[in-house]
Amino acid sequence: MSQGKSELTVGEMLLQHGISRRRFIKFCTATASALALPPWMGPAMAEQLRNSPRPSVIYLSFQECTGCVESLTRSFAPTIENLIFNFISLDYDDTLMAAAGEAAETARAKAMKDHFGKYVLLVDGSVPTGAGGAYCTSGGRSAEDTLREAAKGAAAIVCVGTCSSFGGIPFADPNPTGAWPVSAIVGDKPIINVSGCPPMPEVITGTLLQFVTTGQVPDLDEHRRPKVFFGNTIHDRCYRRPFYDQGKFAKTFDDEGARNGWCLYELGCKGPTTYNSCATIKWNGGTSFPIESGHGCIGCSEPGFWDKGSFYSPLSSAAWGKAGEVAPRQVLELTAGAAAVGVALGVASAGVSRLRQRHSEQRTDGETKGS
Amino acid sequence: MDLLGFARGPALKVALAIFCLGVVWRIVGFALLRLRRDHNAPRRGVLAFLTGGLVTVGSRSWPHPEFIARTGAGEALGYSYHIGLFIVVLLFTPHIIFLGSLFGFTWPGLPSSLITVVSVLTLTLFLAVLFRRVTNPVMRMLSNFDDYFSWFITALVLLTGLAATTHIGGPYEKLLAVHILSVDALLIWFPFGKLMHAFYIFPSRAINGALLARKGAVS
Repeated sequence: MSQGKSELTVGEMLLQHGISRRRFIKFCTATASALALPPWMGPAMAEQLRNSPRPSVIYLSFQECTGCVESLTRSFAPTIENLIFNFISLDYDDTLMAAAGEAAETARAKAMKDHFGKYVLLVDGSVPTGAGGAYCTSGGRSAEDTLREAAKGAAAIVCVGTCSSFGGIPFADPNPTGAWPVSAIVGDKPIINVSGCPPMPEVITGTLLQFVTTGQVPDLDEHRRPKVFFGNTIHDRCYRRPFYDQGKFAKTFDDEGARNGWCLYELGCKGPTTYNSCATIKWNGGTSFPIESGHGCIGCSEPGFWDKGSFYSPLSSAAWGKAGEVAPRQVLELTAGAAAVGVALGVASAGVSRLRQRHSEQRTDGETKGS
Repeated sequence: MDLLGFARGPALKVALAIFCLGVVWRIVGFALLRLRRDHNAPRRGVLAFLTGGLVTVGSRSWPHPEFIARTGAGEALGYSYHIGLFIVVLLFTPHIIFLGSLFGFTWPGLPSSLITVVSVLTLTLFLAVLFRRVTNPVMRMLSNFDDYFSWFITALVLLTGLAATTHIGGPYEKLLAVHILSVDALLIWFPFGKLMHAFYIFPSRAINGALLARKGAVS
């Protein structure tokens, strides 16, 4: 942690580390390129950063698994060290910081007081509201109280991961802890959702860096995710897409199609409805992403992905599962019941038609005899 | 629940239930109708009555040589877009997966890009069919709301499906949801409009042929 140094500008910090202006501009240009920002943003970013104090960042963890922090620490562009030592002042993160207990809470309170209205609040994990918030407490306070207090002085809130963005697994049916995403608790602050389970490390650091350097919330999609990282589906950018277009699909995880790297659509890949950068930035420093490792996308950056049926059920199959399973039997029973009602209605309407027909024929016969 | 979940879940269940109810209702009602009493003695026997029905199913499915110049183009148009529809509905892999989840078995599909080409061609034929209906005075006079709405709902399913696969007009999941909702609407409309011809066409031809055969007419 870098308490006491957050008043230094980034330029001054870099000078202390012996980093030249040229090297810094090169770094900013590379970072702007990684963020898909316009070319002129590199020098502008460098200038802005050199003269700005490192913004204070407070990282709160609630109902979560720490996978998001694990992901964050594996960022390659920029690295987490680069981010912490050069661009931000990470004043509180109960997972990463050395301090604990009272000392840690004091550091958070001080950062919130000293940088009121200016700090960036990172949140990972959903916020449980059931049982008076007793499902997640820290320092004797509920997650909801801590969030509400910390949100008051935040310039913006970055929700790291699907739990804080959309509720995640705690929010999934039946949601036993009464969990909510941050956006359901805080309504008066700019919120940026960096969803994913976990989110991509470069997307976390990239979003943070973009906000820090421009001072503005990036363009967001309808789920408040940065368009620059969540603008395309995995399917659109997937290297296996040509196989989808050719109609070549793996049927099982060990058949010839799977070995040939064919499309995983039939094995339940959610790539067509999932927006993220996995297929372009890739994981572990650009090594690969789940589809490249032979498993379909599970759609972890989308709202409610835990409640959208099996990860292995193809997108176009009926939402209730495969034929022969319990849910399809219920559908069959429903349609069979409807068909039985149809039979009854058919018999009734045919009966009415026959009566009318007989009546009409009797009248015609009577008229014929009369004439 | 998002729009796609609604379209694939509750909406599809309701649509399927209404479809089954309506189709069975109309088929049973149709099958139990009594033929008008015919007081004339049959010109030909029971065998001719039956074969006449079967022959008519085949003979009316092809233009009569005498009228081919007048009706051939229309029938070719009709056959073409029906074949296109069959290819798109039954040989597109995501459709096969959906039908497989309903019935428990699947079959090989065609490449998605080929299906896209067939969809565009079929949609073009749909427009040609509409143009013909609107510009031909006799057809225009015979057409009512049922004809136009049945055309519209089928073309809508085709158009939204094409938009979803080509990602034109919005995000994929939204287009897919709209596509499935349009299928739901088609399933609900199906039993109560002229789309029901899919079930009626061959039985009605057979009955007409049989009745004509009873009267001694060659069909």
